[in-house]
Amino acid sequence: MADEGKALRGKKKQKRTLQKLKRYYMLYLMMIPGLIYLLINNYVPMSGLYLAFKNIDFRLGLLGSDWIGFKNFEFLFRSQDAFIITRNTILYNLAFIVVNTVIAIMLSILLNEIISIRRIKLYQSLILLPYLISMVVVSYLVLAFLNTKGFINSTIITGLLGRGTGISWYSEAKYWPFIIIFVNAWKNVGYLCIIYYASIIGISSDYYEAASLDGARMWQKIRYITIPLIKPTVITMVLLSLGRMFYSDFGLFYQVPMDSGAIYSTTNVIDTYVYRALIQLSDIGMSSAAGVYQSVVGFIVVLGSNLVVRKVSKENALF
Amino acid sequence: MKKRAIIPNLILALTSILCLVPFLLLIASSFTDENALVLYGYSFFPKKLSLKAYQYIWQQGIVIVRAYGITVLVTILGTGVGLTITSMLSYPLSRKDLPFGKIFAFLVFFTMLFNGGLVPTYLMYVKYLHIKNTLLALIVPGLLVNSFFCMIMRSYFISNIPDAIIESAYIDGANEFKIFTKMVLPLSKPIMATIGLFLGVNYWNDWYNGLIYLTETKLFSIQNVLNRMISDAQFLASSNLGSTVNAGAIQLPATSTRMAIAVVTILPIFVAYPFFQKYFIKGITIGSVKG
Repeated sequence: MADEGKALRGKKKQKRTLQKLKRYYMLYLMMIPGLIYLLINNYVPMSGLYLAFKNIDFRLGLLGSDWIGFKNFEFLFRSQDAFIITRNTILYNLAFIVVNTVIAIMLSILLNEIISIRRIKLYQSLILLPYLISMVVVSYLVLAFLNTKGFINSTIITGLLGRGTGISWYSEAKYWPFIIIFVNAWKNVGYLCIIYYASIIGISSDYYEAASLDGARMWQKIRYITIPLIKPTVITMVLLSLGRMFYSDFGLFYQVPMDSGAIYSTTNVIDTYVYRALIQLSDIGMSSAAGVYQSVVGFIVVLGSNLVVRKVSKENALF
Repeated sequence: MKKRAIIPNLILALTSILCLVPFLLLIASSFTDENALVLYGYSFFPKKLSLKAYQYIWQQGIVIVRAYGITVLVTILGTGVGLTITSMLSYPLSRKDLPFGKIFAFLVFFTMLFNGGLVPTYLMYVKYLHIKNTLLALIVPGLLVNSFFCMIMRSYFISNIPDAIIESAYIDGANEFKIFTKMVLPLSKPIMATIGLFLGVNYWNDWYNGLIYLTETKLFSIQNVLNRMISDAQFLASSNLGSTVNAGAIQLPATSTRMAIAVVTILPIFVAYPFFQKYFIKGITIGSVKG
């Protein structure tokens, strides 16, 4: 931006800017389709945040509907839902960050111990396989295990443990925190593992050879070389997830629990709440209020987490 | 050296199996006889094998074929158009000498930090752009241009296209668009392949746009059919109004058919995966380098 500031100073330089524009107009033309798309898909909806402060009546139109101030927010926060969806969204995200990071680092360190390149490739592609599948297919996979006649009930609980009846998983809320965290790890650990593995193989082998000469054991090398050197990558990845703490994977919380009402207390998050309020209940006031709440707090969380990282280590900050 | 790797090998092998096992259960149950499934439950080793689910899908073929066709069409169109727009937006942003380039880069980047959410987006697409129940609903909202992909591509251009060749081409009289198509793109095949692959997988797997913007089942992609089947096992039969096969057809094996359709959905990805996994894994590591 400093360059442009200088360019605008003085008429001589202004003339040069005009010449530049003559050369560069094609580059601007090339950007137009993309910018128009972002304008429609992102910026126009941003301006629609005002909808939350209106009592939307389609006969009056979106712009013509009456302003009602913070009424929609009052309704939202007076209900139990606001607390539940906020708690679920934040706690699940924190659990995902801890569980996925720990497993991914472990797997990538183990992967680094493997010598055969063919095996490394095989493990990598199998662990990444769940990442390629849509959440709808994942919900079918989970259903095959958790159905009333699913594998867990029919083979493990009544078969191996000899209990008469299985568990009706889709109506018991208490199991779902574990199921959701497990399914999320199953699906996404492969992705993180590949990122951390790439970071580990970037470490110079000199460190390990020197450590071996000094008689370091495997776990000592991991503790004092590998982990400190992949820390910047880990911090960046954790920061990216922390910034998304107010958002969640809609499919994971909508498809996998099969939209079952009995377990909303542990599966409802802000994203599913907004969707149900809008599509299933057509309650525009409530859903847009929850949406604004998510956008604004989510934005503050991103800025905040970035600010913290800038203070700790500037090179890891996103902006 | 070799002895030490036993435990890592063991743990990684077990993890790999854990990743694969759910798919085996899905495939096994799709080949299980409906009555055995209801009586004894889902099992890796079916008590009674049956091909009825697949026969049934074959009979209801037209629904599946149409849904598949829509998925393929949407994936090709979305990936092609998306890749074109993304590269045409990312390249100018990578040019340090472009006046106001940083402002545009910020406009793209900002959409990753803040958004209007589902309600305004939905109302705009439905009430103003009238996208509901059109094929565009599966292509345009959310998926076509991804600002994250733009930033990745931009940083690839910055670090892989030397300023000198752009400058010398310009001095030789090429205009900026020609420089882009004749010099920059041929040098950028790896990033084009990577982003294209990611876009393609996103389109192939998408069910969200269909869930929100489609009520017309004729436009359902294969993921949407699958999504509908989970709550409505009769969907295949009920949506196949034009078919006359129904009268003498075998009775609907509801449970195994659902599983069989899920198998049919993931089959192309499983078949293609060995060929593109190398690029996919590489792409993930490119993506982790911040822009």
